[in-house]
Amino acid sequence: MIITTTWYLLLAAVLFSIGTTGLLVRRNPLIMFMCIELMLNAVNITFVSIGSHLNDLGGQLAVFFVLVVAAAEVVIGLALVVAIMRRRSRTNADDLKILGG
Amino acid sequence: METVVFLISAAVILSGALGVIFSKNPVHSALFMVQTLFGVAVLFVLLEATFLAAIQVIVYAGAIVILFVFVITLLGVDRAEDLKVEPISGQRPLAVVLGASIFGIILTVLIVAVGGPTGEQAANIPIGDATDNTKILGEALFSTQVFSVELTALLLTVAVVGAVVLSTRPTKPLISTLEELQNDAVEDEPEEKGGE
Amino acid sequence: MIDLVWLIPAFPLLGFLTLICLGKSVREPIAGWLATTAIAGSFLSVLIVFIGMLLEKNENRQTVFTLFDWIPAGDFKVDIGFLADPLSITMCLFITGVGTLIHLYSIGYMHGDPDFNRFFTYLNLFAFSMLMLVLGDNLLLTFLGWEGVGACSYLLISFWFRDPANATAGKKAFITNRVGDWGFMVAMFLIFFNFGSLEYLEIFDILGSNQIAETTTTFIVLMLFVGAMGKSAQFPLYLWLPDAMAGPTPVSALIHAATMVTSGVYLLIRVNPIMVEASTWSTGLIAWVGAGTALFAASIAVAQTDIKKVLAYSTVSQLGYMVLAVGCGAYTAAIFHMITHAFFKALLFLGAGSVIHGMDGEQDLRRYGGLRSLMPITAGTFIVGWLAIAGVPPFAGFWSKDEILAFAWDKNPLLWLVGIVTALLTAFYMTRQVILTFFGKPRYLNVGDAGDAGDAGDAGDAGDAGDAGDAGEIHPHESPWTMTLPLVALAFLSLVGGFIQLPFSSSTKRLEHWLEPATFHNETHLHLSSSTLWILALLALVSVAIGIGVGISTYLKEKIDRQIFEKPSLVNAWYFDSAVSKFMGGSGSKAFTAVAKFDKEVIDGAVDGTGQIVKKTASILRRSQNGLVRTYALGIGIGAVGLLIWFLTRTTL
Repeated sequence: MIITTTWYLLLAAVLFSIGTTGLLVRRNPLIMFMCIELMLNAVNITFVSIGSHLNDLGGQLAVFFVLVVAAAEVVIGLALVVAIMRRRSRTNADDLKILGG
Repeated sequence: METVVFLISAAVILSGALGVIFSKNPVHSALFMVQTLFGVAVLFVLLEATFLAAIQVIVYAGAIVILFVFVITLLGVDRAEDLKVEPISGQRPLAVVLGASIFGIILTVLIVAVGGPTGEQAANIPIGDATDNTKILGEALFSTQVFSVELTALLLTVAVVGAVVLSTRPTKPLISTLEELQNDAVEDEPEEKGGE
Repeated sequence: MIDLVWLIPAFPLLGFLTLICLGKSVREPIAGWLATTAIAGSFLSVLIVFIGMLLEKNENRQTVFTLFDWIPAGDFKVDIGFLADPLSITMCLFITGVGTLIHLYSIGYMHGDPDFNRFFTYLNLFAFSMLMLVLGDNLLLTFLGWEGVGACSYLLISFWFRDPANATAGKKAFITNRVGDWGFMVAMFLIFFNFGSLEYLEIFDILGSNQIAETTTTFIVLMLFVGAMGKSAQFPLYLWLPDAMAGPTPVSALIHAATMVTSGVYLLIRVNPIMVEASTWSTGLIAWVGAGTALFAASIAVAQTDIKKVLAYSTVSQLGYMVLAVGCGAYTAAIFHMITHAFFKALLFLGAGSVIHGMDGEQDLRRYGGLRSLMPITAGTFIVGWLAIAGVPPFAGFWSKDEILAFAWDKNPLLWLVGIVTALLTAFYMTRQVILTFFGKPRYLNVGDAGDAGDAGDAGDAGDAGDAGDAGEIHPHESPWTMTLPLVALAFLSLVGGFIQLPFSSSTKRLEHWLEPATFHNETHLHLSSSTLWILALLALVSVAIGIGVGISTYLKEKIDRQIFEKPSLVNAWYFDSAVSKFMGGSGSKAFTAVAKFDKEVIDGAVDGTGQIVKKTASILRRSQNGLVRTYALGIGIGAVGLLIWFLTRTTL
């Protein structure tokens, strides 16, 4: 069978769903972060495949910027995680519920 | 040929993803993540986005995952998390439903749509060969998209500064009274209590 | 010169503000002279405006002066403006004129009272409110003055509030007035709804050009009449006026004789174009209520023993005459009687105050007697007032009362009959009062016992004769010049006041021509021949003579037994007041408690309930804010999926 764009998009969709489910299920902040990266990667795949289908460089340009932003986001996010979790061990996302009403 | 490569890389990607979300040990999750990222890089090469494939490996797999591993070892969260218990009721079923529905929506779109993805070709920069990819990408970035590039530079600078600020150790004096200790247990302030 | 009309209410307002700021810091007569100067300044301004108006031609005499926008709320625009026309200036003339005299009088009357300054503060505030009432160019300004005079009436009736009876009298006045105010307000709403404006001239214009349904105008007129009933003390809202005698006598003279109680009649005359458009049965109703009240009150006055209560019921009765005139469409006659009544009723009240002052506070008629020689000026002026109110020519009361009776005969002879009987009773009870006070043997020298030597005192009432020991040392004396000067001035006015409207020919009917710009020729035209008029006048004179004659023979010559007239039912005012009190205290209070409970629980409860519902809903919804990031992430996810599905259903793929 010929691999059409639809296959790539389906793959990206599955990857995205896996990332979403993982984000909502896991409690460890670092693993939640990694699931976010999975979702970003799925989006990257989508961009590149559609760009290739439409013969437009715009898809790859978008991926470039997504990559940069993802890098910056990871930097800040991990710094935050470090700042919050430094003192505690065995903590997870559920322990940060001070802002509850 | 293409089919085979696609199927193999798809398998690699998906198994890596599943490994990320199902591992108890965070370090294992990080390693599975590297697997996924490599699969995605292969996919990029297949789609003739060679520059991006290289960047993917260098930045994502090479830098970001390293960061993750650093933080894991720094914070000592390498101990396993108990996956059997879910404190928030209804979270797991809903999460699965959500994931499935997102996939279902996209599937619906893809099936119902006639003629595959269409779209206006806005900035019509044609993609050349795989070998020319870097050249063409560079030309596009630094001519029409130069403003965005400068912004990303700014963004990265800010991110670095922010990260440094956020992770400095506070210079407050060491706490000495039991009261303050108890107060600190309630607050969320990062406090140095002599090496962790 | 007419544009100085704004000065008229400005003077008393200035006086009021100054006196409020000065408070108790000035010593006794200064506050009084300050207040008197303020209202005298107002009177001068009225004179200037009056002269300016006389110099204008008849058509130019109605002008509106707008000071500033008060309420600009879209379609509802109300300005502070003055309508200077003959009607309002006439009212201002006697309000400020009589007001100045009463202010002067009060300086002497309230001498020695610790609350001297407060009295004059209230008096000036009252003058300001009353002037705003008559000068206002729209219904809302009139209502402002209306409420103002009601409030001042309350403040002044319960002036000596440390005695709870006085405070209660004040409250009664205010609450009864409020019932009337409800009618006024409903009428205002209706007028705004139907005419789109509250300004008098605009309303009259719209009435002239459009056809307003007769039921609407009738209802408006009836509601305005409810308001007038409250203020002008017609049956059944007259109850407050006798009780209002608890206030100082100058207050009774100014407010409850000359000015405030006439504001109801003024209102009805002011809106006479609307009254013309209303159905005839409504104006007939007004006439009958007026006539009935007149007779009712006159009958009660026959048996009263307090000198002020006689005059109070007399006021109700005379107001009934004015309302009767309004109902018959005789607006000039009503204003004429208002003016003459202001003169002689104020005179009578001030004279009564002089007597009370001279008798050191004694108000019971049965303890007077023979004061004529001891208080000559008071007696002389009081007798002038007596002749005026009884309707003896050439005093003022004869002309005005006769005019009203003529119109009454034209409308319905029965109304005339009621009027004539009332005139008879008026002559009778006033004669009684004069004789008991100024003639006969002095009864105040005999303390405590009823069946005493001396005059044939109150043979019937042994009950309350056992008075707590008067020291017995009453030395009746004449009052100071500040009190007698106004008496003389008012006596003079009662004598000559009738000549502004003599019915002999059109040229002598000066008041009628003067008021034409305000009455718009809406008055009923009398279709009586001059011989009928002479006969009616003669019959009136005969009834007056009978009244005075019977009065003299009962009380002076003692030929007729006075017990025929002083029946207990009359003394107790036909038990109407006590019936109302019993109702209010008994089953009425249960109804009121129920209504208050309804207000608190249902209406307030609805408002509170809304708050409670919000609180409960919020506390239920609060549980979604549990602070867990993962729950929020789930929420975002669900929302995103929902949005996507919604978008999908709307686009075509």
